[in-house]
Amino acid sequence: MNKIWIIIKREYLTRVKKRSFLIMTVLGPILMAAMFIGPAWLSQVEDNEIKTIAVIDSSKIFIGSLPETEFIKFEYLKNVKVSDIENNFKTNNYYALLFIPPSVLSSPIVSLSSNKQPSLAVRMHITNSLKRDIESLKLLKSDIDPKVLKSIETDVQVGITKLNDDGTRKEESADLQMILGIVGGMLIYFFIFMYGAQVMRGVIEEKTSRIIEVIISSVKPFQLMMGKIVGIACVGLTQFLLWIILTLTIVTSVQSVFFKKDNTFKNIQAQSIMAGNNGSNAESSKVSQISYTEVDAIYDEIKKIDFLVVIGSFIFFFLAGYLLYSAMFAAIGSAVDSEADTQQFMMPVTIPLILSVALIGNVTSNPEGPLAFWFSIIPFTSPVVMMMRIPFGVPWTEVVLSVSVLIASFIFMTWIAGKIYRTGILMYGKKVNYKELYKWLKYKNY
Amino acid sequence: MNIFEAKGIVKEYSGHRALDNVSVSIREGSVFGILGPNGAGKTSLIRIMNQITAPDEGELFYKGLPLISSNIVEFGYLPEERGLYKKMKVGEQALYLAMLRGVKKTEALKRLKFWFEKFEIQSWWGKKVEELSKGMQQKVQFIISVLHEPKFLIFDEPFSGFDPINVNILKHEILRMKDEGATIILSTHNMASVEELCDDIALINKSKVVLSGAVSEIRQRFKNNTYAVTYSGFINLIEASLRHQYEILSHVEKDGLHHLKFKLLDQSVSTNMLISGLLPLGNMISFNEVLPTMNDIFINAVGEIINEEILTN
Repeated sequence: MNKIWIIIKREYLTRVKKRSFLIMTVLGPILMAAMFIGPAWLSQVEDNEIKTIAVIDSSKIFIGSLPETEFIKFEYLKNVKVSDIENNFKTNNYYALLFIPPSVLSSPIVSLSSNKQPSLAVRMHITNSLKRDIESLKLLKSDIDPKVLKSIETDVQVGITKLNDDGTRKEESADLQMILGIVGGMLIYFFIFMYGAQVMRGVIEEKTSRIIEVIISSVKPFQLMMGKIVGIACVGLTQFLLWIILTLTIVTSVQSVFFKKDNTFKNIQAQSIMAGNNGSNAESSKVSQISYTEVDAIYDEIKKIDFLVVIGSFIFFFLAGYLLYSAMFAAIGSAVDSEADTQQFMMPVTIPLILSVALIGNVTSNPEGPLAFWFSIIPFTSPVVMMMRIPFGVPWTEVVLSVSVLIASFIFMTWIAGKIYRTGILMYGKKVNYKELYKWLKYKNY
Repeated sequence: MNIFEAKGIVKEYSGHRALDNVSVSIREGSVFGILGPNGAGKTSLIRIMNQITAPDEGELFYKGLPLISSNIVEFGYLPEERGLYKKMKVGEQALYLAMLRGVKKTEALKRLKFWFEKFEIQSWWGKKVEELSKGMQQKVQFIISVLHEPKFLIFDEPFSGFDPINVNILKHEILRMKDEGATIILSTHNMASVEELCDDIALINKSKVVLSGAVSEIRQRFKNNTYAVTYSGFINLIEASLRHQYEILSHVEKDGLHHLKFKLLDQSVSTNMLISGLLPLGNMISFNEVLPTMNDIFINAVGEIINEEILTN
């Protein structure tokens, strides 16, 4: 036991002290924080610039009627040639030129020219405004009052209430659970791959550098394998915890520095979330009106989710899944002479992992379905798939079943891997196939 | 007393029998040579001795008791394929490996300091292993294998890769450890060092022990009645008068000295009779019985088996 501890310590310290670990630890949260803050910050920066757009309206329909926003202004020009404006963008300070042809009602094609790439927001704003105006003009022509049409427009919202087995009711929206499930599942997938590969590389390093013989004349191969697996698991946990702490620190400090009022931040966050749906920040007035209620709803949802359960299950499924897979990775590493030879054995190991990620859509859209159920019980896919289901709430019987199957299989897999490992690490220059691996299982060793 | 015994060891790897009923007995305090051509099964035997792998059949005893895993703290092992963590610092690595062998950290540091000073390599402590030359790495590895002060040392090709000066340092260390009571197993192709260091040997060929015993006894056993005589000045018709009893193997005249090597054909002739027969022939200045070198014995023993095989096939 004492020797395993020495091995764990070495495996842990050499990796944590590496420059790449430090870089990953610092970059990870920055990237994550950037994902939260970046879009909000960018939209702010972009919106701060007032863009004046010259309009030449040959149809004479839209003069003075295009809606302006805080940052998008229109200037209607008369008796000017298009080329005069286009050739003088540098001096006339126009952001772009919008040319509306006379036939715009029958064939709604307008042209926007600029010496820069017009931003998506500007394009969306113009498209939406023209569309609205042309539509209402057409409606009027057909004797339909736009006000009537407006009153017909309906936005349906489905309020989901979940009835628990104990009779309590819980109102929830599936969106946030879905995001959490996807993020959690993907993180487990990445962690298993990343740290499983580290185990494999570590084993190959010991084998090719031939230090293996010195070590296993002191400790049992199984002790070395377990020491390595546990040591690297600790590296993973350390990285995960550091990421959480650093991300929280960065988000809160940036929030307090750049977005002084909480509301602004919420608003901007909401915008960045909404941006995905609307594809536009230009309708900022509209968005911000919605966002207050939406954001409040999101905050309410966040409060409803039991983060202790989510983080707890994340750590468990990461560890158990990692233990299962890293045992296989260790066995692969021991069976080959170099990383280039790992291909044929990597395939069957990675397929279930990739499959579980490919199931994201199915699982998150129907977390209680038979597909989601079975793949969250099968141990090779359960770490990722169960993690996707957890935020939606999974009956505890299923969780217990999944967890027990997973624990039983990683114990079994570690035992099998240990047998392959202890023979493999001393084999050199042999082309190993599955038949050979099967033989190794039966060799007599200490 | 035998410190280590292996009885009837059999080890097979996917159809290939690496060791076939191999038995060796190693006397406490001796230097024991395991010889054999490449691929004979030496490394398999050494790995079994180190409990790295288990035999399919056979028994192992250490100090008269069945070999158990806790014995390993008394074993020191220098494998043939040397290897260290390339990116790890020399000192850290030595400390790590010593601790894995059960040496406490403070004690390991003390001993490392002693050895690094002895080999004058203190400056290597903070270097990464990949910065050292192959010979330097070997030195570090040697230190690591003896750091836990084992009573039973197994050196697999310890001299390969060392320059003559370092080979001498190593030989000196091996003999010193022997004087201090350690038992040393040497696997080597260097036959001169076998004669110099080993008390007993076992010659393994084709997975079997084909020859074993004390080096001096084996050389006696393999002697073929060859003698070397040197005369100074004039010798009279030597070759003619001896031809019926001896076979002259060589006659070299150099710097006024006649070096003769001959084989006694009639084995009933005693050494004394032989010398008295030789004395009248000239001014004898030396007479020696020529014992075969371990090199000759090795080539003979291995070669004979190969010849037999050619004949039987």
